Amino acid sequence: MHQDIFTKYTPNDKSYLIPLLQDIQTIYGYLPEDALSEIAEFVGIPLSRVYGVATFYNQFRLAPLGENVVRVCRGTACHVKNSSNILYAIEQALNIKAGETTRDKKFTIEVVNCIGACSIAPVITVNEEYYGRIGVKDIPNIMKKYQSKPKVEAQKKTEIGTEKV
Amino acid sequence: MNSFLDKCCNECWHSLEKPCDLFIRCCTEGPLCHHNAQCSEKIQSLNRRINYVEHDIPIIWIGMGTCGLAAGAKKVEEAILAELKKLNINARIEATGCIGFCAKEVIVDVKLPGQDRISYCEIIPKIVPRFIQKTLVEKGIFKEKLLGTHGTSSNETAHINENPFFKHQLKIVLENCGIINPESIDAYIAKGGFKAFDKVLRLMKPQDVVKEIFDSGLRGRGGAGFPTGKKWELALAQKAEQKYLICNADEGDPGAFMDRSVLESDPFRIIEGMAIGGYAIGATAGYIYCRAEYPLAISRLEKTIKLCEDYGLLGKNILGSKFNFHIRIKKGAGAFVCGEETALIGSIEGKRGMPRPRPPFPSISGLFGKPTVINNVETFANVASIVNRGSEWFSSIGTKTSKGTKVFALSGKITNTGLVEVPMGTSLEEVVFTIGGGIPDGKMFKAVQIGGPSGGCLPHSVIKTQVDYESLKEVGAMMGSGGFVVMDEDTCMVDVAKFFLTFIQNESCGKCVPCREGTKRMLEIIERIPVSYKTTKNKVDELQRFKGIIYLNRLANVIKDTSLCGLGQSAPNPVLSGLQYFRDEYEEHLYERKCSAGVCKDLLTFTIDNSICSGCGVCLRRCSVEAILGEKGHAHYIVQDKCIKCGMCLEACRFEAIEVN
Repeated sequence: MHQDIFTKYTPNDKSYLIPLLQDIQTIYGYLPEDALSEIAEFVGIPLSRVYGVATFYNQFRLAPLGENVVRVCRGTACHVKNSSNILYAIEQALNIKAGETTRDKKFTIEVVNCIGACSIAPVITVNEEYYGRIGVKDIPNIMKKYQSKPKVEAQKKTEIGTEKV
Repeated sequence: MNSFLDKCCNECWHSLEKPCDLFIRCCTEGPLCHHNAQCSEKIQSLNRRINYVEHDIPIIWIGMGTCGLAAGAKKVEEAILAELKKLNINARIEATGCIGFCAKEVIVDVKLPGQDRISYCEIIPKIVPRFIQKTLVEKGIFKEKLLGTHGTSSNETAHINENPFFKHQLKIVLENCGIINPESIDAYIAKGGFKAFDKVLRLMKPQDVVKEIFDSGLRGRGGAGFPTGKKWELALAQKAEQKYLICNADEGDPGAFMDRSVLESDPFRIIEGMAIGGYAIGATAGYIYCRAEYPLAISRLEKTIKLCEDYGLLGKNILGSKFNFHIRIKKGAGAFVCGEETALIGSIEGKRGMPRPRPPFPSISGLFGKPTVINNVETFANVASIVNRGSEWFSSIGTKTSKGTKVFALSGKITNTGLVEVPMGTSLEEVVFTIGGGIPDGKMFKAVQIGGPSGGCLPHSVIKTQVDYESLKEVGAMMGSGGFVVMDEDTCMVDVAKFFLTFIQNESCGKCVPCREGTKRMLEIIERIPVSYKTTKNKVDELQRFKGIIYLNRLANVIKDTSLCGLGQSAPNPVLSGLQYFRDEYEEHLYERKCSAGVCKDLLTFTIDNSICSGCGVCLRRCSVEAILGEKGHAHYIVQDKCIKCGMCLEACRFEAIEVN
């Protein structure tokens, strides 16, 4: 299902490595192993180097995500407004730690450095939706909203088509 | 004519293949190639329409930057559309960027035909019906949520710039933000956009442009403050068949969002600045390296570049000048260190984003080994204004060594969070108390953190410090990219130092030893400070705790002196400035094992006040370690041995019966 991605790029050009990884992740939500080896072959560098790049950047994941991705901002502004408590409360509510996915594959908690919405700190995003100026008390209600929701098609648009000039 | 691409009559011969070199001037002053009163009127009328001077139906602007959207701008838009449909009113809705007053989002502007544009703030879907009724049906002013008018002041409505938040600002970079439609190239041109680029192409040699920027005294706004003109001069002097220009939009500093706002609210300004830069150094290819965490900014940039290509302002033979310039977007993949220029270059080349030693500087050997100039978003945003108004005008603003203005992202414990642009030389006090409106809830100001993880925390004693590169360095902070996080008495400085070190430790690329190992050791030392007697397991731990402190200062200085890149060199700053200004707080943690701010969990004890507790049992159910006991209807108590000090009970209690000390 990702074969047509390669048609957008010229082979053996190393600078396409990161855009390719980004495109693959847009499709699957993570980087499957066989896709990584295909990329390595296409770009013309060893798989170990591809793996090195994929693990260097925070954006890339080697394991699939849950249906709903809860991103907790841990930027400075959010930190001074007690985002550590918010994170703790979410971990309690979902019974997993940051970076993990629930066993029913419904939720993943991710910690991000800064969402760039510092003015409404503390902020979390669930899928693409922002929740700003929240307190620990709001967490159960927000989580409940997504508990029963059918699968949301998250982050499956745009992203493709920036690379060719 | 509906856009500047339409021809006024058959005599206009401008096309993409055969561009007219007077196209930009023609858009606002035209037609220039022939005289025809009718054509002139057509163009003027188009300008009036685009500038919102002439319109027959009301216009409603909604602030749709990320902050606006996060505050519910989409829901407000839906509510307004529904209300308009219900009342059968014909009005035009325009999305605009962020005006900077994020604390008061959602901001909605209304302009009736022939009247002034009036801004309203804090609009929520619930009050939309009343708002529409008052402004569009009764054609009056919705006083409750009034922010100000963009026209002339009257007794009823003061000008928006008389609001204390805007009054002390000087907007150059943010000039158009929140005013124009960020997705319309016509709006930007009608506002005088691309005039500078046009002037450069027709009247100036690359050397003249570089000299103009050099004379203006513009310095890099990304943090280090290297003179932009000097950078360009160096790249111009290089002989190479290919040179590159990169716009650094990898705004990784937690607590900074200036670049995001400018990219979202006025993207054409960045493109124009880059195109001028490309012409000045002789580059034909440009890259914008933007964080992937900013999806809206990326999608707006994509549209912007497409529009510029359609208008012949990017591409081959731009406006008949033989100058070629292409811009591509590269999405960052979330590594803080990629804000460093050599790491950024590595990332574009498809490698791990690791810095490399300088020299050679990128201006001599950068991307793919070719001369490369890298500037920050805000730096490029200044370029067009400097070319338009001249270097003398720009250098008249600011202090002796720092010229122009600086945009700060106010956040944290401050009343007016948002984006502000102040002339260099403004005091921190003015930014925090006059513009920022001081600390909310009657709390005491403690510190302001400037410059992100590389900067420092400045206390009240140095609040009179001027904002400029040198003064901030003198007091132990740095300009950084413009994060401005205010902290009040409830913030613990040891905890803040720990927070920044954790961040740096996570983001250290691992290439050089002082940064990789040094920050780890520093973090360990800091982590041992806020630890209670209970958690300190044995005498060795106890000894390590004090020994670490003795070496902390020395270690910090070694990291500073020997790290490879700016990230490592500035990593100890939050700790050093903390030790300099908040020594008593460190000592209190160290000797008395106490955290007055009530943040360091290990040093706190939670107790329940029997006289207040009603025994509702909410805390008991919320406690994850079953440390709270008690029967329903009777006062509960906390078993200290079990308590992990998570603070959930404190948050859950509705009677404020839980005490922390």
